[in-house]
Amino acid sequence: MKTKPANSIEVDFARPAKTYPVKIVEVKLGATKSEGGTRGKSIVVGGENAPAFTNSRTFAPHAPVIALDIFDMKVSLPRAVKMHVREVLEDPAAWAKLAVEKFEADLVTVHLVSADPLIKDTSPKEAVKTIEQVAQAVKVPLIVGGCGDPKKDMDVFEAIAETFVGERFLLSSITRDMDVERCARFIERFGHVALSFTPMNMNLARDLNRRLYEFLPREDIVMDLTTAALGYGLDYAFSNMERARLAALAGDAELAHPMCSGTTNAWAAREAWMEMSAEWEPRELRGPLWELTTALALLLTGVDLFMMMHPAAVKALKDVTQQLAHGLPGKADRIADWVCAKT
Amino acid sequence: MVRKKPSPIDVYQLLPKTNCGQCGEQSCLAFATKVVSNEAQLEKCALLLAEEQERTRRRLEEMLRPAVREVIVGVGEHTVKIGGKLVMYRHEFTYTNPTAIAIDVTDDMSEEELLDRVKRVEDFHFEFIGHQLKLDMIAVRSTTDEPEKFKATTKKVVENTKLPIILCSLNPQVIKAGLAAAAELRPVLYAATEHNWKEMAELALQHHCPLAVSAPNNLKLLKSLVKTLLEYGIENLVLDPGTFLTEGLGDTLSNFTMLRRSAFETGDELFGFPLMGVPMIAWTQEKNVHEDVARWKEAYLAAMLIVRFADIIVMHNVNGWALLPLVTLRQNIYTDPRKPMTVQAGLKMFGNPNENSPVMFTTNFALTYYTVASDLESAKTEAYLIVVDTCGIAVDSSVAGRRLTAEKVASALK
Repeated sequence: MKTKPANSIEVDFARPAKTYPVKIVEVKLGATKSEGGTRGKSIVVGGENAPAFTNSRTFAPHAPVIALDIFDMKVSLPRAVKMHVREVLEDPAAWAKLAVEKFEADLVTVHLVSADPLIKDTSPKEAVKTIEQVAQAVKVPLIVGGCGDPKKDMDVFEAIAETFVGERFLLSSITRDMDVERCARFIERFGHVALSFTPMNMNLARDLNRRLYEFLPREDIVMDLTTAALGYGLDYAFSNMERARLAALAGDAELAHPMCSGTTNAWAAREAWMEMSAEWEPRELRGPLWELTTALALLLTGVDLFMMMHPAAVKALKDVTQQLAHGLPGKADRIADWVCAKT
Repeated sequence: MVRKKPSPIDVYQLLPKTNCGQCGEQSCLAFATKVVSNEAQLEKCALLLAEEQERTRRRLEEMLRPAVREVIVGVGEHTVKIGGKLVMYRHEFTYTNPTAIAIDVTDDMSEEELLDRVKRVEDFHFEFIGHQLKLDMIAVRSTTDEPEKFKATTKKVVENTKLPIILCSLNPQVIKAGLAAAAELRPVLYAATEHNWKEMAELALQHHCPLAVSAPNNLKLLKSLVKTLLEYGIENLVLDPGTFLTEGLGDTLSNFTMLRRSAFETGDELFGFPLMGVPMIAWTQEKNVHEDVARWKEAYLAAMLIVRFADIIVMHNVNGWALLPLVTLRQNIYTDPRKPMTVQAGLKMFGNPNENSPVMFTTNFALTYYTVASDLESAKTEAYLIVVDTCGIAVDSSVAGRRLTAEKVASALK
């Protein structure tokens, strides 16, 4: 039988700092006048040299940023989202202004849905016009979202790339079923950034990045490993991103790119938008929390750029990332009394 | 020292290698493979149970012991297991023991409010792809600091629920009074601190209870307290490094990560215990905070803690809209990443279908199946549904991957 200690035993503890051989590439989005574009500021993402919160209580060297989605035509939106943007649904420039001025978006993603051959099949010229209007309305860096048809998107992206030379727009996205060489060449030539998109598979991500490297510097590539909604595959998306970031830092340079998450996909979960029985309501709160929860899980894997939709989810994610970016230490006395706190 | 999950060969080396088959496996190697993947228990090996094998058995047990110890709360059928983690990241294997969610009640509540809260915790459930998503525990907090009140409240709680409990007060006299009402129920005692550790340790020893250790944002103190309490004879500890919502949120994420890294990457046994988070802190940081705002913040703080290694969390709100995303997240994080979620293939009937009812088919991927099933049920459709074995792959991928083909559907129909 041991003797019980009479006094507490003091032991040492030093935080073991872990070093990683590879650093995530830093990618600049947007370009100011002096950088060759017209944006009010540019944003740098990436540059991490450790997994999130492994060695540090803050982000190093850059905090994650948030882009808000806007659409070039009226699309069906969940009610909880629509109520905040009802006035601007058919005016991309006004929508972009609202996103930046009221909802504090760091970037805006313009989804050129109308270009889809199966929707309106609008021309690349019209897409250029839409981007022109948005670029004049707001000064933040832009993300150009395609319609999902690989052939049409190449034409649209090329027209936009050529018109807005040097703006470092993020083209969302370059996929394996496109003519990767053609895309990479116009992105390089006209000074933009590729969003390398793959369907939740690290090998495919490596493969697409390798094909891009033939024509594009690594500093012009952000990757999107696919975001699935909370409850509908987030587990796969989460582990895929976590593995990719750990692998990248441990030496797999082909995955050492900033990560972008299409967090808006959270709304694909029916529990995000559907009316449910009274105990799960109101959906106006459940929906944005669904999106926010999806975002926060992925934030902890190291996502650098979020593409989101609901203003409340955006606001909360901003609060969290700003709080984390300030990196202020926790003071024990602020939380010591939770046990006896009256609520 | 990095603590690694043992390989089947590591385990096989210590098995009898007789391939006797008493465990139900063809060979000792097959058994070893099942043991390391948590699909078979060591006790199944009859030869190992022999007395002269004790040293080997101990070595195997030590080899297989999770880097994060498992702590059992409650008694009998109504226990909750926390910790027992075998890996740091879920993709390395599978997370065991989903984060237990405890909801608080206080000793200044009216009986009516108290019983209503307990009932809401018990009744909470959501069926999600064949799983019942539930809440797990009740945390009884003393806001009055009066032992008799705490005892009466604890008594009312244990009379009205079988859910395991956490007794929360930093005053050992209050905890002692609570234990008088829950002496045999193995609650978690919250918490030992640098000021009260000895009295708390005595109570934990007397009643064989797991003991939580609190050292807000001070890992050196936390480690010293753990060392002290282990020396004192306590085996089951739960570590609370402090949960911050605003200033210090980064410390919280980094402390939880550091504790897990210490357990797995540097093999620090003093930190190899379940971790406790307190998202409830969201209710205590501002005066007159709007209730929905507190619920919202509490929920997102809880989400981060579930992702970042919390084994048990204490919450205040019992609102469906705030808890549904959380229990769904917990389900996602704790699924086995090695295999797709599937349901049994075959014929299912909805309502009372007859020869004129539609016959539909879908895949045996759980997400697809339950989405279809819940639509059929809510529309009160009378129908047959044929579930085709697509190896748990969703509709679009299984068509592309030739797992959902005309031939497959035809053979399922037969």
